[in-house]
Amino acid sequence: MRDDHNSGTGQHPVSTGPRLLLNPIACDARGLCIELLPELISADPWGYPIIRPGPVPQQLLPLARRAVAACPTLALMLAGLPR
Amino acid sequence: MANGSESEPASNKDGVLLSHAPHLVLDGIAVCASAVGATRAYLCVGHGAAPMAQFLTGAVAERHQARLDEVPVEVITTAGEYLSGQENALISALNGNAPLPTFVPPRPADRGVHRRPTLVLNVETLAHIALIARFGSHWFRTTGTPGAPGSALVTVTGAVDRPGVREIPLGTALGDVLQRSGLNQPAQAVLTGGYFGTWLPLPAALAVPVSDEGMRAAGAALGPGVLAVLPEAACGLAETARIASFLAAESAGQCGPCRNGLPALADALNWIAFGRPGPDIVGWVQHLTELVTGRGACHLPDGTAGLVRSALTVFAADLRAHATAGPCERSAGPPILPVPARGS
Repeated sequence: MRDDHNSGTGQHPVSTGPRLLLNPIACDARGLCIELLPELISADPWGYPIIRPGPVPQQLLPLARRAVAACPTLALMLAGLPR
Repeated sequence: MANGSESEPASNKDGVLLSHAPHLVLDGIAVCASAVGATRAYLCVGHGAAPMAQFLTGAVAERHQARLDEVPVEVITTAGEYLSGQENALISALNGNAPLPTFVPPRPADRGVHRRPTLVLNVETLAHIALIARFGSHWFRTTGTPGAPGSALVTVTGAVDRPGVREIPLGTALGDVLQRSGLNQPAQAVLTGGYFGTWLPLPAALAVPVSDEGMRAAGAALGPGVLAVLPEAACGLAETARIASFLAAESAGQCGPCRNGLPALADALNWIAFGRPGPDIVGWVQHLTELVTGRGACHLPDGTAGLVRSALTVFAADLRAHATAGPCERSAGPPILPVPARGS
Protein backbone atom coordinates (compact mmCIF):
# COMPACT_ATOMS: atom_id res chain seq x y z
CA MET A 1 0.00 0.00 0.00
CA ARG A 2 1.21 3.44 -0.74
CA ASP A 3 1.29 6.44 1.53
CA ASP A 4 -1.96 7.86 0.17
CA HIS A 5 -3.82 5.78 2.73
CA ASN A 6 -3.27 8.64 5.16
CA SER A 7 -5.68 11.45 4.66
CA GLY A 8 -3.52 13.44 7.06
CA THR A 9 -6.45 15.04 8.83
CA GLY A 10 -5.82 18.74 9.27
CA GLN A 11 -2.51 18.53 7.45
CA HIS A 12 -3.17 21.01 4.69
CA PRO A 13 -0.92 24.03 5.25
CA VAL A 14 -2.80 26.41 2.95
CA SER A 15 -2.22 29.56 4.95
CA THR A 16 -0.67 30.34 8.29
CA GLY A 17 -2.24 30.92 11.69
CA PRO A 18 -3.63 28.65 14.36
CA ARG A 19 -5.97 25.94 13.10
CA LEU A 20 -8.44 23.66 14.73
CA LEU A 21 -7.40 20.04 14.49
CA LEU A 22 -9.67 17.11 15.31
CA ASN A 23 -8.61 13.60 16.26
CA PRO A 24 -11.57 11.73 14.73
CA ILE A 25 -10.72 8.55 16.65
CA ALA A 26 -10.93 10.33 20.00
CA CYS A 27 -14.05 12.33 19.06
CA ASP A 28 -17.20 10.92 20.61
CA ALA A 29 -19.72 13.50 19.30
CA ARG A 30 -20.35 15.03 22.72
CA GLY A 31 -21.09 18.25 20.84
CA LEU A 32 -19.68 20.83 23.24
CA CYS A 33 -17.47 22.38 20.56
CA ILE A 34 -20.47 22.75 18.27
CA GLU A 35 -22.31 24.69 20.96
CA LEU A 36 -19.33 26.81 21.94
CA LEU A 37 -18.04 27.67 18.49
CA PRO A 38 -20.90 27.52 15.96
CA GLU A 39 -19.03 30.12 13.87
CA LEU A 40 -16.49 27.45 12.87
CA ILE A 41 -17.97 24.09 13.88
CA SER A 42 -21.24 22.52 12.75
CA ALA A 43 -22.79 19.09 13.29
CA ASP A 44 -23.09 16.37 10.67
CA PRO A 45 -26.26 14.19 10.54
CA TRP A 46 -24.80 11.96 13.28
CA GLY A 47 -23.75 14.78 15.59
CA TYR A 48 -20.05 14.72 14.78
CA PRO A 49 -18.31 18.07 14.31
CA ILE A 50 -17.53 19.47 10.88
CA ILE A 51 -14.76 22.04 11.19
CA ARG A 52 -14.58 24.90 8.72
CA PRO A 53 -11.20 24.65 6.98
CA GLY A 54 -8.62 27.39 7.26
CA PRO A 55 -6.99 29.28 10.10
CA VAL A 56 -9.01 30.46 13.09
CA PRO A 57 -9.76 34.20 12.74
CA GLN A 58 -8.04 36.26 15.43
CA GLN A 59 -11.30 37.44 17.04
CA LEU A 60 -12.51 33.85 17.45
CA LEU A 61 -9.32 32.56 19.11
CA PRO A 62 -10.62 32.96 22.70
CA LEU A 63 -13.77 30.98 21.81
CA ALA A 64 -11.68 28.37 20.01
CA ARG A 65 -9.50 27.95 23.09
CA ARG A 66 -12.64 27.53 25.18
CA ALA A 67 -13.99 24.86 22.82
CA VAL A 68 -10.66 23.00 22.95
CA ALA A 69 -10.59 23.17 26.74
CA ALA A 70 -14.20 21.97 26.97
CA CYS A 71 -13.75 18.84 24.84
CA PRO A 72 -14.24 15.92 27.25
CA THR A 73 -12.28 13.48 25.08
CA LEU A 74 -9.41 15.87 24.24
CA ALA A 75 -10.19 15.31 20.55
CA LEU A 76 -10.13 18.98 19.60
CA MET A 77 -6.81 20.76 19.38
CA LEU A 78 -5.41 24.10 18.30
CA ALA A 79 -2.36 23.61 16.12
CA GLY A 80 0.12 26.20 14.96
CA LEU A 81 -0.08 28.48 17.99
CA PRO A 82 3.02 30.62 18.56
CA ARG A 83 5.00 29.16 21.42
CA MET B 1 9.21 -1.86 7.19
CA ALA B 2 8.48 -3.61 3.95
CA ASN B 3 4.75 -3.71 3.32
CA GLY B 4 3.68 -6.77 1.33
CA SER B 5 0.36 -7.18 3.12
CA GLU B 6 -1.66 -6.63 -0.06
CA SER B 7 -5.06 -6.36 1.58
CA GLU B 8 -6.51 -5.01 -1.69
CA PRO B 9 -8.82 -7.87 -2.74
CA ALA B 10 -8.23 -7.58 -6.50
CA SER B 11 -4.44 -7.17 -6.25
CA ASN B 12 -1.89 -9.95 -6.46
CA LYS B 13 1.30 -8.12 -7.42
CA ASP B 14 3.00 -8.24 -4.01
CA GLY B 15 2.33 -11.96 -3.75
CA VAL B 16 3.73 -12.63 -7.23
CA LEU B 17 6.79 -10.47 -6.57
CA LEU B 18 7.54 -12.08 -3.19
CA SER B 19 7.12 -15.61 -4.50
CA HIS B 20 9.22 -15.03 -7.65
CA ALA B 21 11.93 -12.70 -6.38
CA PRO B 22 12.06 -12.71 -2.57
CA HIS B 23 15.75 -11.82 -2.51
CA LEU B 24 15.18 -8.75 -4.66
CA VAL B 25 12.84 -7.42 -1.97
CA LEU B 26 15.30 -8.44 0.76
CA ASP B 27 18.07 -6.64 -1.20
CA GLY B 28 15.89 -3.53 -1.21
CA ILE B 29 15.36 -3.85 2.53
CA ALA B 30 19.14 -4.11 3.04
CA VAL B 31 19.80 -1.04 0.86
CA CYS B 32 17.19 1.08 2.65
CA ALA B 33 18.14 -0.13 6.12
CA SER B 34 21.72 0.89 5.41
CA ALA B 35 20.61 4.26 3.96
CA VAL B 36 18.60 5.25 7.02
CA GLY B 37 20.81 3.49 9.58
CA ALA B 38 18.11 1.06 10.65
CA THR B 39 19.00 -1.67 13.11
CA ARG B 40 15.93 -3.82 12.48
CA ALA B 41 13.68 -4.52 9.55
CA TYR B 42 10.26 -6.11 9.17
CA LEU B 43 8.69 -7.75 6.15
CA CYS B 44 4.89 -7.86 6.43
CA VAL B 45 2.71 -10.27 4.48
CA GLY B 46 -1.03 -10.74 4.54
CA HIS B 47 -2.98 -12.89 6.90
CA GLY B 48 -3.70 -16.27 5.36
CA ALA B 49 -0.32 -16.20 3.61
CA ALA B 50 1.22 -18.70 6.05
CA PRO B 51 3.07 -20.63 3.31
CA MET B 52 4.40 -17.29 2.03
CA ALA B 53 5.59 -16.27 5.50
CA GLN B 54 7.35 -19.64 5.84
CA PHE B 55 8.90 -19.27 2.38
CA LEU B 56 10.17 -15.78 3.18
CA THR B 57 11.51 -16.86 6.57
CA GLY B 58 13.47 -19.49 4.62
CA ALA B 59 14.84 -16.80 2.29
CA VAL B 60 15.90 -14.72 5.32
CA ALA B 61 17.66 -17.80 6.73
CA GLU B 62 19.50 -18.32 3.44
CA ARG B 63 20.90 -14.82 3.72
CA HIS B 64 21.94 -15.48 7.29
CA GLN B 65 23.85 -18.56 6.17
CA ALA B 66 25.48 -16.55 3.39
CA ARG B 67 26.31 -13.83 5.95
CA LEU B 68 24.34 -11.30 3.95
CA ASP B 69 22.14 -10.16 6.80
CA GLU B 70 23.70 -7.07 8.28
CA VAL B 71 20.27 -5.95 9.49
CA PRO B 72 18.01 -8.68 10.89
CA VAL B 73 14.71 -9.06 9.02
CA GLU B 74 11.65 -10.36 10.80
CA VAL B 75 8.77 -11.74 8.73
CA ILE B 76 5.37 -10.89 10.21
CA THR B 77 1.77 -11.47 9.12
CA THR B 78 -1.05 -8.93 9.37
CA ALA B 79 -4.33 -9.45 11.19
CA GLY B 80 -6.14 -9.89 7.89
CA GLU B 81 -8.72 -7.13 7.69
CA TYR B 82 -8.62 -4.66 4.82
CA LEU B 83 -7.24 -1.86 6.99
CA SER B 84 -4.65 -3.99 8.82
CA GLY B 85 -2.24 -3.45 5.91
CA GLN B 86 -2.41 0.32 6.30
CA GLU B 87 1.00 1.56 7.46
CA ASN B 88 -0.13 3.01 10.78
CA ALA B 89 -2.12 -0.16 11.47
CA LEU B 90 1.01 -2.27 10.83
CA ILE B 91 3.02 -0.12 13.20
CA SER B 92 0.26 -0.17 15.82
CA ALA B 93 0.22 -3.99 15.68
CA LEU B 94 4.01 -4.19 16.01
CA ASN B 95 3.78 -1.91 19.04
CA GLY B 96 1.43 -4.37 20.70
CA ASN B 97 -1.75 -2.39 20.05
CA ALA B 98 -4.82 -3.11 17.92
CA PRO B 99 -4.02 -3.51 14.19
CA LEU B 100 -5.98 -0.37 13.32
CA PRO B 101 -5.14 2.97 11.72
CA THR B 102 -4.07 5.64 14.19
CA PHE B 103 -4.43 9.39 14.33
CA VAL B 104 -1.75 11.20 12.35
CA PRO B 105 0.46 12.98 13.46
CA PRO B 106 2.83 11.48 14.44
CA ARG B 107 3.77 10.11 11.06
CA PRO B 108 5.77 6.85 10.95
CA ALA B 109 8.84 8.76 9.78
CA ASP B 110 8.66 10.77 13.01
CA ARG B 111 7.57 8.07 15.44
CA GLY B 112 6.77 4.53 14.39
CA VAL B 113 7.78 1.05 15.54
CA HIS B 114 8.86 1.16 19.20
CA ARG B 115 8.49 4.95 18.96
CA ARG B 116 11.45 5.19 16.60
CA PRO B 117 11.37 6.84 13.16
CA THR B 118 10.21 4.18 10.74
CA LEU B 119 10.53 3.99 6.97
CA VAL B 120 7.57 2.15 5.43
CA LEU B 121 7.77 1.12 1.79
CA ASN B 122 5.80 -1.23 -0.40
CA VAL B 123 7.70 -4.38 -1.42
CA GLU B 124 7.52 -3.39 -5.10
CA THR B 125 9.22 -0.08 -4.33
CA LEU B 126 11.93 -2.00 -2.48
CA ALA B 127 12.48 -4.27 -5.48
CA HIS B 128 12.92 -1.19 -7.70
CA ILE B 129 15.37 0.28 -5.19
CA ALA B 130 17.38 -2.96 -5.19
CA LEU B 131 17.64 -2.87 -8.98
CA ILE B 132 18.62 0.82 -9.00
CA ALA B 133 21.33 0.05 -6.41
CA ARG B 134 22.60 -2.77 -8.62
CA PHE B 135 22.37 -1.26 -12.12
CA GLY B 136 22.16 2.50 -11.53
CA SER B 137 19.60 5.17 -12.17
CA HIS B 138 20.55 5.49 -15.85
CA TRP B 139 19.63 1.86 -16.42
CA PHE B 140 16.37 2.38 -14.49
CA ARG B 141 15.45 5.25 -16.80
CA THR B 142 15.87 3.19 -19.96
CA THR B 143 12.23 2.13 -19.65
CA GLY B 144 9.16 4.17 -18.86
CA THR B 145 8.85 7.88 -19.65
CA PRO B 146 11.05 10.84 -18.57
CA GLY B 147 8.37 11.92 -16.08
CA ALA B 148 7.56 8.38 -14.95
CA PRO B 149 10.71 6.28 -15.37
CA GLY B 150 10.88 2.54 -14.78
CA SER B 151 8.30 -0.18 -14.73
CA ALA B 152 5.36 -1.17 -12.56
CA LEU B 153 3.55 -4.33 -11.59
CA VAL B 154 -0.14 -4.27 -12.39
CA THR B 155 -2.89 -6.79 -11.67
CA VAL B 156 -5.34 -7.07 -14.56
CA THR B 157 -8.66 -8.70 -13.76
CA GLY B 158 -12.23 -8.85 -15.07
CA ALA B 159 -13.15 -9.28 -18.75
CA VAL B 160 -9.77 -10.50 -20.02
CA ASP B 161 -8.54 -13.91 -21.20
CA ARG B 162 -5.25 -13.74 -19.34
CA PRO B 163 -5.88 -12.11 -16.00
CA GLY B 164 -3.02 -11.76 -13.58
CA VAL B 165 0.07 -9.78 -12.76
CA ARG B 166 2.29 -8.27 -15.45
CA GLU B 167 5.19 -5.87 -15.46
CA ILE B 168 4.72 -2.90 -17.78
CA PRO B 169 6.87 0.09 -18.69
CA LEU B 170 5.34 3.09 -16.93
CA GLY B 171 3.41 5.22 -19.38
CA THR B 172 2.13 2.27 -21.44
CA ALA B 173 -1.32 3.10 -22.81
CA LEU B 174 -4.12 1.47 -20.82
CA GLY B 175 -5.48 -0.02 -24.06
CA ASP B 176 -2.15 -1.78 -24.76
CA VAL B 177 -2.07 -3.26 -21.26
CA LEU B 178 -5.62 -4.57 -21.64
CA GLN B 179 -4.91 -5.88 -25.15
CA ARG B 180 -1.89 -7.83 -23.88
CA SER B 181 -4.09 -9.33 -21.18
CA GLY B 182 -6.54 -10.46 -23.85
CA LEU B 183 -9.48 -8.11 -23.67
CA ASN B 184 -12.10 -10.58 -24.80
CA GLN B 185 -15.39 -8.72 -25.09
CA PRO B 186 -16.83 -5.23 -25.36
CA ALA B 187 -15.99 -3.44 -22.14
CA GLN B 188 -17.57 -0.31 -20.70
CA ALA B 189 -15.16 0.78 -17.96
CA VAL B 190 -12.00 0.00 -15.99
CA LEU B 191 -11.69 0.30 -12.24
CA THR B 192 -8.20 1.70 -11.71
CA GLY B 193 -6.23 1.78 -8.48
CA GLY B 194 -8.18 -0.86 -6.60
CA TYR B 195 -11.25 -0.54 -4.40
CA PHE B 196 -10.10 2.88 -3.22
CA GLY B 197 -9.91 3.71 -6.89
CA THR B 198 -11.68 5.38 -9.77
CA TRP B 199 -13.82 4.13 -12.64
CA LEU B 200 -12.59 5.28 -16.05
CA PRO B 201 -14.93 4.93 -19.06
CA LEU B 202 -14.05 2.86 -22.13
CA PRO B 203 -13.17 3.36 -24.89
CA ALA B 204 -12.39 6.95 -23.87
CA ALA B 205 -9.69 5.90 -21.39
CA LEU B 206 -7.81 3.47 -23.68
CA ALA B 207 -5.16 6.10 -24.42
CA VAL B 208 -4.56 7.01 -20.76
CA PRO B 209 -0.90 6.32 -19.86
CA VAL B 210 -0.59 3.85 -16.99
CA SER B 211 1.60 5.85 -14.62
CA ASP B 212 1.03 8.05 -11.59
CA GLU B 213 1.13 11.20 -13.71
CA GLY B 214 -0.96 9.78 -16.55
CA MET B 215 -3.62 8.43 -14.23
CA ARG B 216 -3.69 11.67 -12.24
CA ALA B 217 -4.27 13.69 -15.42
CA ALA B 218 -7.25 11.41 -16.14
CA GLY B 219 -8.66 12.05 -12.65
CA ALA B 220 -7.61 8.63 -11.33
CA ALA B 221 -4.61 7.10 -9.55
CA LEU B 222 -2.40 4.10 -10.22
CA GLY B 223 -2.48 3.21 -6.50
CA PRO B 224 -1.75 -0.49 -6.00
CA GLY B 225 -1.91 -1.07 -9.76
CA VAL B 226 -5.23 -2.88 -10.07
CA LEU B 227 -6.93 -2.65 -13.48
CA ALA B 228 -10.35 -4.32 -13.34
CA VAL B 229 -12.19 -4.49 -16.64
CA LEU B 230 -15.98 -4.26 -16.53
CA PRO B 231 -17.68 -5.93 -19.52
CA GLU B 232 -20.72 -4.40 -21.25
CA ALA B 233 -22.74 -7.31 -19.88
CA ALA B 234 -22.26 -6.19 -16.26
CA CYS B 235 -23.84 -3.37 -14.26
CA GLY B 236 -21.32 -0.85 -12.95
CA LEU B 237 -23.72 0.39 -10.29
CA ALA B 238 -24.18 -3.13 -8.92
CA GLU B 239 -20.40 -3.69 -8.86
CA THR B 240 -19.85 -0.38 -7.09
CA ALA B 241 -22.63 -1.10 -4.58
CA ARG B 242 -20.98 -4.44 -3.67
CA ILE B 243 -17.58 -2.82 -3.25
CA ALA B 244 -19.08 0.03 -1.18
CA SER B 245 -20.75 -2.54 1.07
CA PHE B 246 -17.41 -4.33 1.48
CA LEU B 247 -15.58 -1.10 2.30
CA ALA B 248 -18.31 -0.04 4.77
CA ALA B 249 -18.02 -3.40 6.52
CA GLU B 250 -14.24 -3.00 6.69
CA SER B 251 -14.50 0.35 8.48
CA ALA B 252 -12.66 -0.05 11.76
CA GLY B 253 -15.48 1.98 13.31
CA GLN B 254 -13.05 4.27 15.07
CA CYS B 255 -14.21 7.54 13.51
CA GLY B 256 -17.86 8.61 13.65
CA PRO B 257 -18.20 10.01 10.12
CA CYS B 258 -16.81 6.76 8.65
CA ARG B 259 -18.70 4.43 11.01
CA ASN B 260 -22.00 6.16 10.18
CA GLY B 261 -21.38 7.58 6.73
CA LEU B 262 -20.02 4.51 4.92
CA PRO B 263 -22.97 2.21 5.75
CA ALA B 264 -25.35 5.04 4.76
CA LEU B 265 -23.46 5.44 1.50
CA ALA B 266 -23.48 1.69 0.83
CA ASP B 267 -27.22 1.49 1.62
CA ALA B 268 -28.01 4.31 -0.80
CA LEU B 269 -25.91 2.70 -3.53
CA ASN B 270 -27.53 -0.68 -3.03
CA TRP B 271 -30.90 1.02 -3.31
CA ILE B 272 -29.75 2.63 -6.59
CA ALA B 273 -28.33 -0.64 -7.93
CA PHE B 274 -30.96 -3.13 -6.81
CA GLY B 275 -33.99 -1.12 -5.61
CA ARG B 276 -36.09 1.69 -6.92
CA PRO B 277 -34.27 4.94 -6.18
CA GLY B 278 -36.33 8.09 -5.73
CA PRO B 279 -35.41 11.38 -7.38
CA ASP B 280 -33.52 12.62 -4.30
CA ILE B 281 -31.20 9.67 -3.86
CA VAL B 282 -28.39 10.83 -6.14
CA GLY B 283 -28.27 14.14 -4.31
CA TRP B 284 -28.15 12.24 -0.99
CA VAL B 285 -25.28 10.06 -2.24
CA GLN B 286 -23.36 13.13 -3.39
CA HIS B 287 -24.00 14.81 -0.04
CA LEU B 288 -22.75 11.70 1.81
CA THR B 289 -19.55 11.55 -0.25
CA GLU B 290 -18.84 15.17 0.70
CA LEU B 291 -19.73 14.52 4.35
CA VAL B 292 -17.26 11.67 4.85
CA THR B 293 -14.33 13.03 2.82
CA GLY B 294 -11.32 14.10 4.88
CA ARG B 295 -12.95 13.17 8.17
CA GLY B 296 -11.33 9.86 9.06
CA ALA B 297 -7.98 9.04 10.63
CA CYS B 298 -7.17 6.98 7.55
CA HIS B 299 -8.07 7.24 3.89
CA LEU B 300 -10.97 4.74 3.90
CA PRO B 301 -13.84 7.29 3.81
CA ASP B 302 -12.07 9.40 1.16
CA GLY B 303 -11.31 6.38 -0.99
CA THR B 304 -14.87 5.08 -0.78
CA ALA B 305 -16.30 8.51 -1.60
CA GLY B 306 -14.00 8.85 -4.61
CA LEU B 307 -15.00 5.44 -5.95
CA VAL B 308 -18.70 6.25 -5.60
CA ARG B 309 -18.36 9.69 -7.21
CA SER B 310 -16.61 8.21 -10.22
CA ALA B 311 -19.36 5.58 -10.53
CA LEU B 312 -22.07 8.26 -10.57
CA THR B 313 -20.23 9.98 -13.44
CA VAL B 314 -19.14 6.98 -15.51
CA PHE B 315 -22.44 5.10 -15.10
CA ALA B 316 -24.66 8.19 -15.38
CA ALA B 317 -26.77 6.63 -18.16
CA ASP B 318 -27.38 3.51 -16.03
CA LEU B 319 -28.26 5.76 -13.14
CA ARG B 320 -31.01 7.45 -15.17
CA ALA B 321 -32.28 4.08 -16.40
CA HIS B 322 -32.39 2.65 -12.85
CA ALA B 323 -34.17 5.77 -11.61
CA THR B 324 -36.95 5.52 -14.17
CA ALA B 325 -37.30 1.78 -14.83
CA GLY B 326 -35.79 0.10 -11.76
CA PRO B 327 -32.73 -2.17 -11.70
CA CYS B 328 -31.45 -3.34 -15.08
CA GLU B 329 -31.22 -7.03 -15.98
CA ARG B 330 -27.43 -6.81 -15.85
CA SER B 331 -27.49 -5.93 -12.15
CA ALA B 332 -28.78 -9.44 -11.39
CA GLY B 333 -25.71 -11.02 -13.04
CA PRO B 334 -22.78 -12.58 -11.20
CA PRO B 335 -20.20 -10.19 -9.67
CA ILE B 336 -17.16 -9.37 -11.86
CA LEU B 337 -15.00 -7.94 -9.10
CA PRO B 338 -14.10 -10.16 -6.15
CA VAL B 339 -15.51 -9.02 -2.82
CA PRO B 340 -14.28 -11.14 0.09
CA ALA B 341 -17.10 -12.45 2.25
CA ARG B 342 -15.55 -11.22 5.45
CA GLY B 343 -16.43 -8.17 7.44
CA SER B 344 -15.99 -6.73 10.86
